[in-house]
Amino acid sequence: MALVNQRVDVPVIVDESKCLEKCTACIEVCPLDVLAKNPETGKAYMKYDECWFCLPCEKECPTNAITVQIPFLLR
Amino acid sequence: MTLSINTQRVQTDVLVIGGGTAGTMAGIKAKQANPEIDVLILEKANIRRSGAIAMGMDGVNTAVIPGHSTPERYTREVTIANDGILNQKAVLQTGKLGYETIQELERWGVQFQKNAQGNYDVKQVHRVGKYVLPMPEGKDLKTILTRQVKRHKVRVTNRVMATRVLVQDGRAIGAVGFDVRSGDFVVIQAKAVILCTGACGRLGLPASGYLYGTYENPTNAGDGYAIAYHAGAELTNIECFQVNPLIKDYNGPACAYVAGPFGAYTANAEGYRFINCDYWSGQMMLEVWKELNSGKGPIQLKMTHLDEDTIAEIESILWSNERPSRDRFHKGRGEDYRTHGIEMNISEIGLCSGHSASGVWVNENAETTVPGLYAAGDMASVPHNYMIGAFVYGRLAGEHGVQYLQGLEHREPDPEVLEAEKTRVYAPLTRPNGIPHTQVEYKLRRFVNDYLQPPKVTNKMEIGLRSFERYHETLDQMGARDPHELMRCMEVHFIRDCAEMAARASLYRRESRWGLYHYRVDYPDKNNEEWFCHVNLKKDGSGNMMLFKRPVEPYVVDVDLQTEVYDVASRS
Repeated sequence: MALVNQRVDVPVIVDESKCLEKCTACIEVCPLDVLAKNPETGKAYMKYDECWFCLPCEKECPTNAITVQIPFLLR
Repeated sequence: MTLSINTQRVQTDVLVIGGGTAGTMAGIKAKQANPEIDVLILEKANIRRSGAIAMGMDGVNTAVIPGHSTPERYTREVTIANDGILNQKAVLQTGKLGYETIQELERWGVQFQKNAQGNYDVKQVHRVGKYVLPMPEGKDLKTILTRQVKRHKVRVTNRVMATRVLVQDGRAIGAVGFDVRSGDFVVIQAKAVILCTGACGRLGLPASGYLYGTYENPTNAGDGYAIAYHAGAELTNIECFQVNPLIKDYNGPACAYVAGPFGAYTANAEGYRFINCDYWSGQMMLEVWKELNSGKGPIQLKMTHLDEDTIAEIESILWSNERPSRDRFHKGRGEDYRTHGIEMNISEIGLCSGHSASGVWVNENAETTVPGLYAAGDMASVPHNYMIGAFVYGRLAGEHGVQYLQGLEHREPDPEVLEAEKTRVYAPLTRPNGIPHTQVEYKLRRFVNDYLQPPKVTNKMEIGLRSFERYHETLDQMGARDPHELMRCMEVHFIRDCAEMAARASLYRRESRWGLYHYRVDYPDKNNEEWFCHVNLKKDGSGNMMLFKRPVEPYVVDVDLQTEVYDVASRS
């Protein structure tokens, strides 16, 4: 199957200047398990576009590095 | 393509599948009943923030508080709201045991609203009685439950998704699943299995087109409905869909249960009331549907007439609980409760006994029709059970599961069954270039909208049913590149099973009942002569879905359904 790289506006925005390399708080609490660490930078990012905009990641981040937007299609 | 899959073997006494409202309580109650036994909660997310109440809840909706109501009056109210089709003994349990649940939650640190005299501040949202008890500080409910799970020494395995319950010699002997991060195949032997996987909230496609923009937590994909079905258990009332009046596009509650007692109400575009009760029922949804189709819509939750202090209090509750991102949705559209009604729409369909009645058949002890298999929460059919009902049935399942397993030994699962399931589950990983789950799921759920969304039309549902049957071929082309994608693929399998059940059950009941939930255009009237019964379904000996009538259990609380008709239309 042909692979297409499609740009998507994702709901979970991580401020990399605040994200701690050793912390996985947001990744552990996400009900849909959509967050992961970028192996090159050690920073969290939204790996899968499957967000319920439920906010545990944002609330449990110790450095307030995460902002959750309402997904574009609903916004 | 050959995959190298590691297998983990686990043994426990009581296996709880799903660590949400019902599952955490089931685990705790099993341990309270017998601290010596081993109890394991299997959760595909993390129990700290999983299930329908991942971000807490703003109140309990089925609280029978002495002095305000009685279990019998509550059972009466639900009997009438559910058009008489229910097992009253099961509903009565929620009425009887809910108060103890509230008291226990309070001891654990959950705060319920009290009036100046220190009494529970119960509100009326239902048609007759007062059953809604606000919980304005309910945002940490799940973390409180998680703490109790640890205190009671219940074992927890997060990030493992069950795919099937193992049944041997006519009883549940464990379950299989896989780790959604490592991809390990997980085989669990248990003496009793409790299914608590929540609603099928990803059945219809939201009007926004966003697959995960659902009312229910989208992790709740009907896992337990499909798992129970394949284990041979009976399911019931599947045709009594969940259809909700929700904030348009956002798809969360507006929420009249919170704002109604403060004076807010559901109105049409002209600002007039068209229903006299905001409690969610099929009859209410039919009035919403009529209003939207009358030219008087869109409809709205109206609170512009309330004073500043009241609106600020409503905001503080709605924006910290259940769906706390509501505020940023409203802000993004430049809308404010002071100046704007909240536009609402009819949701896509789902299956959920917490709100309506669809689920796995259980009796008043949370037993399914398969020995050793229990069900609780949104997936267990105890009509209108909500969160208190999930706690009560979690408790019943935990306590009865512990009694049941005395003297039972573990059984070694049949290796052929394990091998077949392993092959089935991991198939998408053998074709990483197969069709992505997102596209497969999108089309399946669009078909659900096209052919099953009420009003129900026989010809359309028959086309839908054929599409769902044929969809096995599509599932066989679905590909996954990692265990995470595999999880979503297997959820699409669950959704397909639920879609087929929804189509067959809806076609089988040739009448209309429960307002919009089962409004059939070609059988528009209620027909008590032929259809005052449950429609149950199960997998027969040759693997086919069979449907049959199951009589309504004799009532234990007198209700005269001839005179007591549930009618919520405003007649002005």
